[in-house]
Amino acid sequence: MKICIRNGRVIDPASGLDAVQDVYIAAGKVVALGAAPADFHANCEVDATGLVVAPGLVDLSVRLREPGFEYMATLESEMHAAAVGGITSLACPPDTDPPLDEPGLVEMLKFRAKNSPGPRVYPVGALTWKLKGERLTEMAELSEAGCVAFSQADAPMVDTMVLLRAMEYAYTFGFPLWLRPQDYHLAKDGVVHDGIVSARYGLPAIPVPAETVALQTILLLVRETRARVHLCRLSSRAGVEMVRRAKADGLPVTCDVGIHHVHLSELDTADFNAHCHLVPPLRSQRDRDALRAALEDGTIDCICSDHAPVDANAKEKPFQEAEAGATGVELLLPLTLKWAAERGLGLADALDRVTRRPAAILGVDAGRIGVGRPADLCIFDPAASWTVSGKTLASLGKNSPYLGMEMPGRVRYTVIDGHLDYRSNHA
Amino acid sequence: MSANLQLTEDGRLRHLLTLEGLPQRILTQILDTAESFVSVGEREVKKVPLLRGKAVFNLFFENSTRTRTTFEIAAKRLSADVINLNIATSATNKGETLLDTVANLSAMQADMFVVRHASSGAPHLIARHVAPHISVVNAGDGRCAHPTQGLLDMYTIRHYKGGFHNLRVAIVGDVLHSRVARSQIHALTILGCPEVRVVAPRTLLPRDVESMGVHVHHKMATGIKDADVIIMLRLQNERMQGALLPSAGEYFKYWGLTEDKLKLARPDAIVMHPGPMNRGVEIDSGVADGKHSVILPQVTFGIAVRMAVMSMVAGSNT
Repeated sequence: MKICIRNGRVIDPASGLDAVQDVYIAAGKVVALGAAPADFHANCEVDATGLVVAPGLVDLSVRLREPGFEYMATLESEMHAAAVGGITSLACPPDTDPPLDEPGLVEMLKFRAKNSPGPRVYPVGALTWKLKGERLTEMAELSEAGCVAFSQADAPMVDTMVLLRAMEYAYTFGFPLWLRPQDYHLAKDGVVHDGIVSARYGLPAIPVPAETVALQTILLLVRETRARVHLCRLSSRAGVEMVRRAKADGLPVTCDVGIHHVHLSELDTADFNAHCHLVPPLRSQRDRDALRAALEDGTIDCICSDHAPVDANAKEKPFQEAEAGATGVELLLPLTLKWAAERGLGLADALDRVTRRPAAILGVDAGRIGVGRPADLCIFDPAASWTVSGKTLASLGKNSPYLGMEMPGRVRYTVIDGHLDYRSNHA
Repeated sequence: MSANLQLTEDGRLRHLLTLEGLPQRILTQILDTAESFVSVGEREVKKVPLLRGKAVFNLFFENSTRTRTTFEIAAKRLSADVINLNIATSATNKGETLLDTVANLSAMQADMFVVRHASSGAPHLIARHVAPHISVVNAGDGRCAHPTQGLLDMYTIRHYKGGFHNLRVAIVGDVLHSRVARSQIHALTILGCPEVRVVAPRTLLPRDVESMGVHVHHKMATGIKDADVIIMLRLQNERMQGALLPSAGEYFKYWGLTEDKLKLARPDAIVMHPGPMNRGVEIDSGVADGKHSVILPQVTFGIAVRMAVMSMVAGSNT
């Protein structure tokens, strides 16, 4: 397959490239930028006039719901939705049923993903057996099966000794751990931030120390073990400050934030909108503002969708009984553009947070446009807007805090591994 | 929040889910209407025909005797047909969802749902999904709201104190877990009470409770000093020993209302309690039965207030 993408504004945050030029693709790679290579005869031409040609998005947390939660969504549906969102590489957390705690499950998932159209799928293995936080998984075997990192997803790690041992063992092989800092006891049964909304509506609260106490534990153990740790889904200003200091001290840590936390706060939960029941909880406006600033100054490395599609019944419940999470893959690009526009940042700055930076954390050759690199591209119309609805979302999860709202930026084409994987009807 | 959900387009009360955000005129209207119903209970024939032919479903997803009974009496005095469903032990235990249960009961020609649920916001969810002719009255949801209790407390205060504008009200005890306290705080604020205090150890107060417009006191000595109204909250048995409080004995010693402590309040102070009381835990028997106590009149007023609410929401559909 040879593709020529004509006349688009090519933006590659990694190299600083931002120019209108043609992109030539053959055999899964970008073979030339600007002028056509000799003897290049495209099978397919894409007119990208007025569109941005960006590296395909890299999303560090996408639940494909298989195995075990097919009633919520399927691997095919969510991989397609991810492609619709311009995502070309994704990491899936191990909180499936059963969890990704043995090589056979990971191989099966990789096999299923490989045989479906859509993004490249990088499984994150379970750190402990059944995610129970007690016994380490066979990390080396899981790595051979294709796991790129190890995580408890949102399952608690109650025993600090197991956490220490997990870091030591992972360090042995250089495996990264992806940990969401949350103290089990401080968070137990809570569903909202310990703030104004919790005071008013009596919803069980998760105080900020649930994040900072766990974060402190993780950072002290990283100092001790020098294990590589990626901190997932920061939610608080205090947490951001701790990560800033840890990075200044040279600890080998990176971190991300969920896209919804960049825009929403506890006030959005005030009408018992179960779509705003998220993990971690949406915190105060001060916390949200700190997350936005930390994303800009680089303390927070990247943004992920933390995609969690659920079936309609799971949200049609009282707030605290409703399933947590929001669908996200199709909102990652628009909400990232919205954040950047609101902060007065350019497109390259925006795209950097969802391409090169997460790719570096994932440790794969992705998130860049360059000759010889994989042809994974997200081609979008920055001027187009669309309205989020059950109909416009391709994901089977229609659970979004943004239902009925207008989003900036619409993906027109997604190129994965040199193939035109998705083409919007409006293109 | 939810103010729009609770009111009709022309500003009448359609559902009663929470007192937060309701206009003062609605609260005053409820209290005035209740006043006209108090005398009904004193008549030989304790009935008025306002809800004749209407079906009121008591949906109690959480057990309750007192609140359910007073709602039932109130509905019957309004001549409604009352159907009591103790759902805590039926359909939802068989896996039926809340909204399916409500849809099924709606199909039985219900006109009003009186809902108690262990989860905050459950009545809001139901109100968003019922047919336009059905009203929802919240009889207590999670730790969020118990609006009719809050209203009957306001009725009691107005009855004994004449109004709210010069009052110092102290709410003492487990505010953190109390839907009653939240409704009282909203009601007092809306009705113009200048000083609402909450008095409790730090463990029994929400972290940002001051954002609700109350003054925080940890000691009874300052908390009830010169108070005109003292509202004692119930302390649940399971919270008396553990990480929230070390013991019922220590709680009573520091926050229990005794005759001695009551001397700190205004000489004409009234003492209230939403019930059921734990004598010797949050309140001394001498105080509960003493001359400042208005605890039993509260119960009587509760029926009139619930009649007022039910007649108003039913009337909003005509």
